[in-house]
Amino acid sequence: MIGNALPKSLQDNPELGCWVSFDRPGLIGVGSGKVELGQGILTALAQIAADELAVDPVLVALLPVDTDSAPDEGITAGSQSVEVSGASIRLALAQARSALVDAAATRLGADVASLSCRDGAILIDGQPTGLDYWMLAADVDWRQHVTGNVPAMPVGAYSAVGASQPRIDMAQKRGGAGFIHDLSLAGMLHVRVIRQPFRLACLADVDMAWLQRRYPGVRAVRKNDFLALVAADEHAVHSAHGEAEKFARWEEVAGLWQPAATSGEKITVLGAAAPHAGSPGIAARYSRQHVAHASIGPSCALAQFDAGRLTVWSHSQGIFPLRGQIAKCLGLDPSMVRVIHAHGSGSYGHNGADDVALDAAIVAMEMPGQPVRVQWSREDELSRGPLGAAMSASVEAELDSGGQVASWKLSVVSAPHAQRPGFGGHFNLSSAEALDGARLPQKVDDLPDAAGGGAARNSVAIYDFPGQEVAVRLDTASRIRTSSLRSLGAHLNVFAIESAVDELADLAGADPLDFRLRHLSDDRCRAVLQGVADMSGWPGSHPAGEGRAFGIAAARYKNKGAWLAAVAEVSVDEEIRLERLWLCADIGLVINPEGARSQIEGGAIQAASWTLKEEVRVEDDRVPAFDWSAYPILKFSEIPEIETRFIVDPARPPLGAGEASQGPVAAAIGNAASRALGLRMRDLPLTRDRLVEALMGA
Amino acid sequence: MSNSISFRLNGSEVSLKASGDEPLLFALRNALDLKATHFGCGLEQCGACVVAIDGEARYSCTLPVSALGGANVTTPEALGDDPVGAALLDAFEQEQAGQCGYCISGILMSAYALLKAESRPGREAIVSALDKHLCRCGAHGSILRAVERAAASLGGGA
Repeated sequence: MIGNALPKSLQDNPELGCWVSFDRPGLIGVGSGKVELGQGILTALAQIAADELAVDPVLVALLPVDTDSAPDEGITAGSQSVEVSGASIRLALAQARSALVDAAATRLGADVASLSCRDGAILIDGQPTGLDYWMLAADVDWRQHVTGNVPAMPVGAYSAVGASQPRIDMAQKRGGAGFIHDLSLAGMLHVRVIRQPFRLACLADVDMAWLQRRYPGVRAVRKNDFLALVAADEHAVHSAHGEAEKFARWEEVAGLWQPAATSGEKITVLGAAAPHAGSPGIAARYSRQHVAHASIGPSCALAQFDAGRLTVWSHSQGIFPLRGQIAKCLGLDPSMVRVIHAHGSGSYGHNGADDVALDAAIVAMEMPGQPVRVQWSREDELSRGPLGAAMSASVEAELDSGGQVASWKLSVVSAPHAQRPGFGGHFNLSSAEALDGARLPQKVDDLPDAAGGGAARNSVAIYDFPGQEVAVRLDTASRIRTSSLRSLGAHLNVFAIESAVDELADLAGADPLDFRLRHLSDDRCRAVLQGVADMSGWPGSHPAGEGRAFGIAAARYKNKGAWLAAVAEVSVDEEIRLERLWLCADIGLVINPEGARSQIEGGAIQAASWTLKEEVRVEDDRVPAFDWSAYPILKFSEIPEIETRFIVDPARPPLGAGEASQGPVAAAIGNAASRALGLRMRDLPLTRDRLVEALMGA
Repeated sequence: MSNSISFRLNGSEVSLKASGDEPLLFALRNALDLKATHFGCGLEQCGACVVAIDGEARYSCTLPVSALGGANVTTPEALGDDPVGAALLDAFEQEQAGQCGYCISGILMSAYALLKAESRPGREAIVSALDKHLCRCGAHGSILRAVERAAASLGGGA
């Protein structure tokens, strides 16, 4: 393998020593810059590492993800952790094993070919040598660069990979020591931040006298439009936060808000579309509203400024970019800021994790030496973190005389995705804007195609249409803050494409599965479609338009990741209910079958919840604060039966599993609901209100 | 205004000075340093803070400590001390129930209260007991299987 083919993580962090450490006897420390979000990545990476070093996975301990010591692997996002970090660990540890065996050969005066490794011990012709990795580590130069030239273990030699290893982090998490929320520093003070109710809201007045009278133990920290409450007693500060409207008054300053510039519509033309000939076709617009991340544990961070150094504990998905933006925002040199990752509640994208870290940093800088802990409220977690972007996608398509698609045009209009800290050179941190309103992004663009696009993600249909025209435009008119939520634009784009394909199949008088297959040469996509059809007994036996139906859909995530096909069975009475779901996925080599299934099925349930229930209410271009009562998500009593099957070929490289199911599941539900109703539902979520609207309009 | 309140917590008597309306959740997490009970909403909407009080699953985020005089409180930390709790912990591990884990400790407490009261709950009774709990990761299936496994292991399975 040549150097420039190394995974990006190895190019950025070439020293072998940042990937592995033998400092602790009997344990192998493995470095990764990727963080646990509840997706089980630590367990999967430990399995990969264990196989390369020929040890039991219990000997592998993932090292802390800390800007002072961990490899900088950017952001944990885009289903890249197994693909990129996993591949990096594999190559680095293969080289580490080889270096250790070489060292053993030198000590023993033996031929390398006679040596082997088992659980850290070096064997010669299968017999013990008395040497082990930990003894030999002193003989290896850990500053050497990872070359990628040492062959990794062949797939056939995997032992840990491919097994359903239990999660290494769950026992602690059940027991009260697993989360950032559970950290406690000596003398720590509790903080709540009174968030701006809308962007550029001006803190007109704080009635400090009222606050002092009512909550004598609570101190306010104000800097411009940033207002925090600090106290030793969490209950006091929590209660004071709940009464914020009694002492903090916000104002709108007319004329401050200016929409960010954007590069305008991007048009991609693939192949050559047949000229429009007035043949039968469809013109349909599909949409979703803003969606909340809605983690169960509201965002939390700790910070302390001590001896000239700011330390921040954060559950951010990207501690390195976060460190850079915190430093920039506070006027510190990045070397003065250390960010240590601690596990948060499940994270599905760019939520409030980064924002709360800056909150903690600001307060810590105001109180040198003092450790502080900031906890967001439920309302702030739902309504003040970045939201998943509202989008629309319109399809115009025509059939030829043989019932094949002759022309296809998809036009996407979306609020911005991918507004993470540092993206586009912007802070993209809530309190950075509260400190200085001039820090709002001035120009916003979509993620580049190389990163899978944001609004553009999965906007190209997987089918062999004679031509496709795809137009993607960001709409930056709203001041509502949006950013990356799991699968980004793929949720709505796949919903739109796969709904439109169903509408075209109807027009052609074809079965939706047959219609897809006759436009599809991607073998792995065909395989998952045929797989899910077999599993579900497609097309089922429900008569059309009588309240119960199957729907089918498929996609390849980012058009370059995992394939997944879904069949949904939906019933419609007073509301639309997802009864059953069949999923067939091809994620290449499966590192941890139970972990992968959990990611695929969890993603499917979350997507079902977005699709059936979720929209953030917007009033006057603002998001009124809301809690769970105004934002229901799928409950235990609404969970469908799910069956998942993988098409496994271990020779194929592993692909991320966490974002493969959102688009296909949304579309399968939409297609099933539309069939059950006998009319097309194009606007998400598919709530009772939308159902009534659709029936009234029919 | 602080009064001293005495109650049983995980099998031991505790006495706590708490301001009249301090919720049990904050007292557990801070004064008592028991952090397995989680803050999720403070509004009785998500179930992350559920503990068992006198055998019933209760939200700790709104329940004032002052109302606990003489009560018997069980938190997730003590589950392993009881056969039903231990069976649940084992079943949740066996089934790898949960994904991020934040909702799990509260769910364990509702399941504990259910299995203490009813040794043979069917799927419907389990769903009904857990329906006040939100899980955002979509781990519901593994959680339901885990509670069923625990019930079966206790000899209550059908």
